[in-house]
Amino acid sequence: MAVELKMPALSPTMEEGTLAKWLVKEGDAVKSGDILAEIETDKATMEYEAVDEGTISKILVAEGTDGVKVGTAIALMNGEGESAAPGAAPADTTEAASPAGAPGEAAPPTPSDQQTQVTGVELPKQQQQPESGAQQLTAAAAQTRTDPQVPAGTATQNVTVREALRDAMAEEMRRDERVFVMGEEVAQYQGAYKVTQGLLDEFGPKRVVDTPITEYGFAGLGSGAAMGGLRPIIEFMTFNFAMQAIDHIINSAAKTNYMSGGQMRCPIVFRGPNGAASRVAAQHSQNYGPWYASVPGLVVIAPYDAADAKGLLKAAIRSEDPVVFLENELLYGHHFDVPQVDDWVLPIGKARVMREGKDVTIVSYSIGVGVALEAAETLAGQGIDAEVIDLRTLRPLDRQAVLTSLAKTNRMVVVEEGWPTCSISSEIMAICMEEGFDDLDAPVMRVTDADVPLPYAANLEKLALIKADDVVQATKAVCYR
Amino acid sequence: MARSAKQAAQPAVPLTPNRERPQEPKRYEASKEELLDFYKQMLLIRRFEERAGQLYGLGLIGGFCHLYIGQEAVAVGLQSAMTVGKDSVITGYRDHGHMLAYGIDPEVIMAELTGRAAGISKGKGGSMHMFSVEHGFYGGHGIVGAQVSLGTGLAFKHQYSEDGGVCLTYFGDGAANQGQVYESFNMAELWKLPIVYAIENNHYAMGTSVDRSASEPDFYKRGESFRIPGIQVDGMDVLAVRGAAQEALEWTRSGKGPIILELKTYRYRGHSMSDPAKYRTREEVQSYRENQDPIDRAGKELQAMGVAEDELKAIDKEIKDIVVQAAKFAEDAPEPEAAELATDVLVERY
Repeated sequence: MAVELKMPALSPTMEEGTLAKWLVKEGDAVKSGDILAEIETDKATMEYEAVDEGTISKILVAEGTDGVKVGTAIALMNGEGESAAPGAAPADTTEAASPAGAPGEAAPPTPSDQQTQVTGVELPKQQQQPESGAQQLTAAAAQTRTDPQVPAGTATQNVTVREALRDAMAEEMRRDERVFVMGEEVAQYQGAYKVTQGLLDEFGPKRVVDTPITEYGFAGLGSGAAMGGLRPIIEFMTFNFAMQAIDHIINSAAKTNYMSGGQMRCPIVFRGPNGAASRVAAQHSQNYGPWYASVPGLVVIAPYDAADAKGLLKAAIRSEDPVVFLENELLYGHHFDVPQVDDWVLPIGKARVMREGKDVTIVSYSIGVGVALEAAETLAGQGIDAEVIDLRTLRPLDRQAVLTSLAKTNRMVVVEEGWPTCSISSEIMAICMEEGFDDLDAPVMRVTDADVPLPYAANLEKLALIKADDVVQATKAVCYR
Repeated sequence: MARSAKQAAQPAVPLTPNRERPQEPKRYEASKEELLDFYKQMLLIRRFEERAGQLYGLGLIGGFCHLYIGQEAVAVGLQSAMTVGKDSVITGYRDHGHMLAYGIDPEVIMAELTGRAAGISKGKGGSMHMFSVEHGFYGGHGIVGAQVSLGTGLAFKHQYSEDGGVCLTYFGDGAANQGQVYESFNMAELWKLPIVYAIENNHYAMGTSVDRSASEPDFYKRGESFRIPGIQVDGMDVLAVRGAAQEALEWTRSGKGPIILELKTYRYRGHSMSDPAKYRTREEVQSYRENQDPIDRAGKELQAMGVAEDELKAIDKEIKDIVVQAAKFAEDAPEPEAAELATDVLVERY
């Protein structure tokens, strides 16, 4: 009985991949452990291994095919014997040791995947891969708008957030010899999330520096190099690991200019993915925006789309101040238009109106912006015209943009992929109370993640993370609808 | 068990070095003029710190104030071998002596201690947070051990810029137990960074003696598992320190990477002004003061070289005047303007 071999999920966030190469052909007998194909994910090229014995009866997806969705049947195999349960398990071709749970490690096939392979019966998609909280976050990201500030007629290029970040670094490295990138797997591995892909080739090991797994050490080393006059970009594989280094970010980098009476600066960028990823549970899923935004002496940026990621990262690298640049893993692979101008640098500290509206303001940042935009579309269908503001910079916060919009709509909802307590949304609500009280026609409401460590189980994760429906409900509530 | 016990009882076989090691440093042969200069610098630190202690008692200096009295030979011996403007120095919170040894004006240091606008950090840093980028003095850091990673970054900068500089990174026996020290050691040796780690072992991490806190009390060995060589030095003898500094600088300047100097020293005062120092005996302190004082030792050596006692007294007077003037400056200088509260938080405006 022929069974389907399916496109495997080879990373926690992989939704599709490229079938780069078949290493078997139709009619080949394979046994457990044989490499069947090479598959490029958003992070790496992985080998796709046979789990059981059988014969490849038909190849359904030709090599070189891009955008093959996870779960798509890519080949048929005839099992040998009743108990044969052909399937495939991914094997990481890289030899680098990654910390537990770090990217680069293949996700094990889910139980429902195996079930599908055994029976050969197509289950509904949501049962094959339980819908995770991350999916509800990224579904919203598809509905993105281009930067309204770009003059009409400017040519744009459609790139991923990942490419935009890489381009920003490469451009600044070409421009300024003092700029270098340092972190775990940034050079030879080409970036744990491929954000630094190609930089080693262009700039060499002097300026693209692989470190040992030693966050506290290299955050301090980078800060010292910045004090000495260089322009370090310190990549944290994720900001969860920066907890080991937070002393240097705050006590060394943020306070130096003040403590020295303006004499000694620390122009450094600490960057990396922040916030919930997908199914990586509590220790790898946290939004540190509110933590860093509470610290005077830091600039904190959390962009949503590729244009902002590029323009603000370039601004961050040029800044004389220490910058915490919070990216989002779930957005790395998403495409957005980036204006094709010679030097795309955006102002730090300025929010952006993502969607104009007159009835209510929805304020968000980072991945929450996509959720807010999706909610705004739904609300439009219900006769509520929502304005969506992307804060982009969390410190210094663009209070004026928030208050101006509040004065226009008189109602506000804050959307934050993070915990509610002592959050950016708390701060926005306080600003509205203190400085916009007379403009309020309703209490400001917020939609945030549940006030719990992020759970692993798909259904619980989904419950914990923000979703557009909740934003719709909250927005209707402040509109008394 | 019996077998291993028997083996352990056998005399230790001398270790064969498995890699190149620095030479055993020679005590520096100073000319009379050089030794006089070291003497003056050590005396300046001593008198400056004594005066700072007095000002603290008068309430003119607040917060934490960590005095360097007793350890003067370390800063002077090491920094006299360095080049201001080319090399860099970074240290922890006990930083007054290291600044003075780098030729930074005592007036602006004392004015920082009293929290005045004329202070080197405009009165916003205080005793533990002072910097002079102009001199290549990068602080003055209050978090124990932080300067070790930061200093490793300064060494990275020297290597990256190919400016020929070396970073001298000071830390104490207490900081030597911090994890980031070893993270830094690893990277420094991996990348052969030009850095001298100077561990000032004054025997007490605040009130905890080395015996109670260090499983390996010989701090010069702390780099062994990273292949960083170390040298133990009499930190109460300025010429021994200077000799070791030269050996260490030669090692790291020639591209051989980091090196550790353990300077055995002693602080006469408490950890900070508020420390009654009940964790050690008066006799212990007295013994160091009487038998090992670095300034007395240099003074005696100068006399043996033919310097008259009157000449030393004249130096004492000269130093005293400098310190009196620094204290007067620090007391008279105005406090920072209220508007300074909000300046220097960020460099740029956004």
